[in-house]
Amino acid sequence: MLTKLTHDIATLSRRHWLAATAGLVLGLAAFSNAKAQETIKVGVLHSLSGTMAISETTLKDTILFLIDEQNKKGGVMGKKLEAVVVDPASNWPLFAEKARELITKDKVSVVFGCWTSVSRKSVLPVFKELNSILFYPVQYEGEESERNVFYTGAAPNQQAIPAVDYLMKDEKVKRWVLAGTDYVYPRTTNKILEAYLKSKGVKQEDIMINYTPFGHSDWQTIVADIKKFGSAGKKTAVVSTINGDANVPFYKELGNQGIKATDIPVVAFSVGEEELAGIDTKPLLGHLAAWNYFQSIKSPENEKFIKAWQAYTKNPKRVTNDPMEAHVIGFDMWVKAVEKVKSTDPDKVIDALPGIEAKNLTGGTSKMLPNHHITKPVFIGEIKANGQFDVVWKTPGLVAGDAWSKELEGSKDLIGDWVGKKCGNYNTKTNKCGGQGS
Amino acid sequence: MSANFLDRFRAVLLAILLAACFAVPALAGPFEDAVAKFANDDFSDTDEAIGAVATSGNPLAFPIISALQDGRLSADPDTKQVFVTGADGKIIDAATGAAVDKLPDNAAAVRLNNRLRRAVEAALGGLTLLSPDPAKRIAAAQSVFKSHDENALPVIDGALAKETNKAVKAAFAEARAAILLYKSDATELEKLEAVAVIKARGDQEALALLTGLGSDVPPNVARIAASAIASIQSDLQMWSMVQNAWYGLSLGSVLLLAAIGLAITFGVMGVINMAHGEMVMIGAYTTFVVQEVIRTRYPDLFDYSLLIAVPLAFLVAGAIGVLIERGIIRFLYGRPLETLLATWGLSLVLQQAVRTMFGPTNREVGNPSWMSGAFELGQITITYNRLWILCFTLAVFVILLAMLRYTALGLEMRAVTQNRRMAASMGIATSRVDALTFGLGSGIAGIAGVALSQIDNVSPNLGQSYIIDSFMVVVFGGVGNLWGTLVGAFTLGIANKFLEPVAGAVLGKIAILVLIILFIQKRPRGLFALKGRAVEA
Repeated sequence: MLTKLTHDIATLSRRHWLAATAGLVLGLAAFSNAKAQETIKVGVLHSLSGTMAISETTLKDTILFLIDEQNKKGGVMGKKLEAVVVDPASNWPLFAEKARELITKDKVSVVFGCWTSVSRKSVLPVFKELNSILFYPVQYEGEESERNVFYTGAAPNQQAIPAVDYLMKDEKVKRWVLAGTDYVYPRTTNKILEAYLKSKGVKQEDIMINYTPFGHSDWQTIVADIKKFGSAGKKTAVVSTINGDANVPFYKELGNQGIKATDIPVVAFSVGEEELAGIDTKPLLGHLAAWNYFQSIKSPENEKFIKAWQAYTKNPKRVTNDPMEAHVIGFDMWVKAVEKVKSTDPDKVIDALPGIEAKNLTGGTSKMLPNHHITKPVFIGEIKANGQFDVVWKTPGLVAGDAWSKELEGSKDLIGDWVGKKCGNYNTKTNKCGGQGS
Repeated sequence: MSANFLDRFRAVLLAILLAACFAVPALAGPFEDAVAKFANDDFSDTDEAIGAVATSGNPLAFPIISALQDGRLSADPDTKQVFVTGADGKIIDAATGAAVDKLPDNAAAVRLNNRLRRAVEAALGGLTLLSPDPAKRIAAAQSVFKSHDENALPVIDGALAKETNKAVKAAFAEARAAILLYKSDATELEKLEAVAVIKARGDQEALALLTGLGSDVPPNVARIAASAIASIQSDLQMWSMVQNAWYGLSLGSVLLLAAIGLAITFGVMGVINMAHGEMVMIGAYTTFVVQEVIRTRYPDLFDYSLLIAVPLAFLVAGAIGVLIERGIIRFLYGRPLETLLATWGLSLVLQQAVRTMFGPTNREVGNPSWMSGAFELGQITITYNRLWILCFTLAVFVILLAMLRYTALGLEMRAVTQNRRMAASMGIATSRVDALTFGLGSGIAGIAGVALSQIDNVSPNLGQSYIIDSFMVVVFGGVGNLWGTLVGAFTLGIANKFLEPVAGAVLGKIAILVLIILFIQKRPRGLFALKGRAVEA
C-alpha cells in the first residue's frame, strides 16, 4: 500500500514534470501567438479550494466550457477569448485581492465570479474603483444595484416569493417555518418573506424563524421543534434558506424522524442538482426546491446544452444547475453587448448591456433590465428518487428581477435604473438618487 | 394467394371486432373513464381519478393506486391507455385488467405532487384496512386517522367488528374517533367519546387533530377538547424534557467520539494536534472507499460495510498518525507553538490532498438498513443511527480504557507520560511508545470518522467542524484524564441541548463557549484535574 503510494507519487511528479514542460512550451507558443493575434481576456473568480469549492468549482468549469464553445465559433469580434482563472480560496478578503489582480495585472475585460453575498460585497469597491464588469450568477437577497455588477441569478421576487405563493395556493399552507443559516442572505430573505406573509394575513404566532450556524450537523432539536410546530392542526411548511453542506444532515434527520413531504413539505432555495448528488434522495421524495432552471426541463436548448456539457467534462453523469444557467445567460449577454458596441471598453459595454436579450435554457428569452437584473421564469420542482426535480408549477411568463424588495419598509420606494436615472437606488417618492436601503 | 388475403382480412376484422368489444365498455363505465383521466398528465385530473378509482369497488383499484404510489403506473398520452407494471414486471391494462406484452414507446409514468401523494395515501388507507397483514392494517388505520375521510367509516366499522388483534383494534378505534370528531352529522355523544379516545392516544398527531377542530362543534365538545389539548400539551412538555436529555446524550456521544482520540494525543501526550480533525475525515473517506468497493463488487455485504470500515479506518488513520509523529512531531516536542503551526499546516495539506483525490463535492456514504429509521419510545422519537453511535462510542471508550489499564503498551504509555526519564531508565523505548501513542490517538479519530460519516457530510471540511469542539471537550474535562473527557462531553452535550430550544442554535453555542471560558478561569485544569507530580512533568 505504502510502496504503491510512493510509486504513485513518483510517477505523478514525473507526469507533472512532463505536463509542466509541455505547458511551458505551449504557454510560450500561446504567448508568441498572442502577440501576433490579440485575445480578449475573461476573468474567472470562483473558489477552487476551501468551503465554497463544493459549489464554485463547477461554475469555473462552466465559464471555461462557454469560452471554449465561443472560440469554436470564432471568438468575439474575430478575437479569441482567453480565460484567466484565479483561486480566492473561499477567503472573502482574498476575493478583493484577486479581483484587483485580475483587473490591473491581467487586464481582463470582464469577470465572472463570486457565490456568497459576502464575497460579492468584498469585491464591490474594487470593481467600482477600477471600473470593470462583474457577472454574479447566484440567487441572492437583493437590496443592491451597482453600476459595475450584473446580477444574473434570482432576486427574492424571482424565487422566494413565488415559492411561498405556490405553497399558499396549492398546498394550502397556513403555518410557516423559516429556517436558515445565520448570515446575510437568509436573514434578508426571511425578513422579506416575513413581511410578505404578514401582508397576506399570516399571524405572528404562525411563523417560526430559526437560524443555525454554518455547517450545522446536529439537527435533532430543530427537526423535533418543526414537528411540534407542525402539529397545531394547520398545514405547515418549511421554507429553507439553509446553505450548502448543512442540508445533508438536515434532510437525513427529517427522513429519520419520519417527516414526509406529504406531512410537512420543505421548500429549499439553495438545494439543487449538484447538492443532491451527494445524498440518498429516496427519503426526500416530494420535498421542493424553487429555481429558475432545472436539469430535467425539456427544451431543445437545454438538451443541447446538457449534451455538450457532459461531452466537455467527459462525464456522462455530470449534472447541471441553476447558477450554471445564469452564467450561460450572462456570458451570452456579454458577448452580444461587446459585439454590439464593437469594443470591450467597460463604460461602453455597461451602457450597452441593458436591453440585451439572450435565450435561457428553459425555452424563453431573458432580458437585461435597467436595474442590472434579468427576467427569468420561476419553477417549483419536487425531488425525485433519482436526485432530479420534477417541475410541478411554473410562473406563466418571465418575472422581472427587483433590485429592491417591495415588501420591506426601507426599500419599497427604491428602484435601480442605470439607463434613465443613472442611479442604483433612486427614490421614486422623493425623486432623489441615494435613498437608503435597509 | 387470394385465400391467403381473405384469411388475413378475416383476422384483421376479428381483431377490430374484439377491440371494439373491449373499447365500448371501456368508454361507457365510470371506472374506465376515471382510469383514462390518469393519462391527461394534469394534477387535478389525476386527483379526480384517484378518488373515483378508490371508491369504485373495482378489484383493480388496489393494484392501480399502489402502482401509482410506487411510480409503476404509466400512461400513453395519445391513446389515453393506462398500464400497471406489477412489482413482478408483468404489465396489465389498468382499465380492463388484460395482460399487455410491452409498454408503448411514449408511455410515461403518471406524475404525482404532494397533494396527490396525500390523496393516494388516504385512498390506500381505505383499501388496505382489510389486508391480512396486521402491520399493514395498522398503517392503513394511521393514514385514515390522519385523513379522517368520512368515506372510510363504513369499512372501519366493519373491520372493527371483525378485528381480533388488540393493537390493530386500538388503531381502528382511534381512526374511527378521528372520523367521528370531524363528521358534521355525528351526535354530541359520539364526538365526546371520540375526544376521549384521541386524548388517550396523547401524541402530537392527536394534538394536531384536536387543535385543528373548527368552531362549528357543540360547545360541550369544544370545552372537553380544550381540556384534552391542555392535558396532552402538559404531557408532551414532560416528554420534551426526556427528549432533550436524549438529544443531549446523543450529541455528547458524538463529541466524545470526536474528542477521545484527542484526549490521547493532546491529553496524554501534550501535543496540540490541529490535524486531529483530518484524521476523522480520513476515517470517513475510508468508509466511503469501503462502501464503493462493496457497491461495485459485493452488493450483498452492504449492511456490513461499517463493520469492515472500522478496523480499516483505524489502520489507515493510525498509520498516517505514526508517519506524522515520526516525520514532524518528534522534532517539535516541548515547543507547543511550533507544533500547533506545523500540525495546522498539515491539516490544510491533508484537506487539499483529499480534495484533489476525491473532488471537492460531498461523497455519498449510505446508511446500512439497521441504522436507518426510528422507533417511538413513549412520546419521543429515537433514531437508530444516533442510538448505535451512542453504543459504539461507549464501547470504544471502554476498550480504550481497558487497553491503557491492562496491556503492556498501555502500561508503557502511562509510564512515559508520567515520567519520561524514569521510564527510559527502566528500559522502555520512549520514542517508539510516543509513535505508537500518537498512532493510537489518530486511529481512534479514524474510527470516529466511520461513525460520523453516518450523520454528517463526507467532505474535505468534515474534520474542521469538529476540531474546536474536540479541544473544548478535552480542556473542559481535564487534560490527561479519559474519565474527564467522558464527563465533559456528556455535560456539554446535554447543556447544549437544553439551551438550544430556549436560546436557539447560534446563541446556545455562544453561551456554551462563554460558560466554558468562565469555568476555565475558575478551574484552569478542567473538571478532573490531575494531581501530584505528573502535573509538573
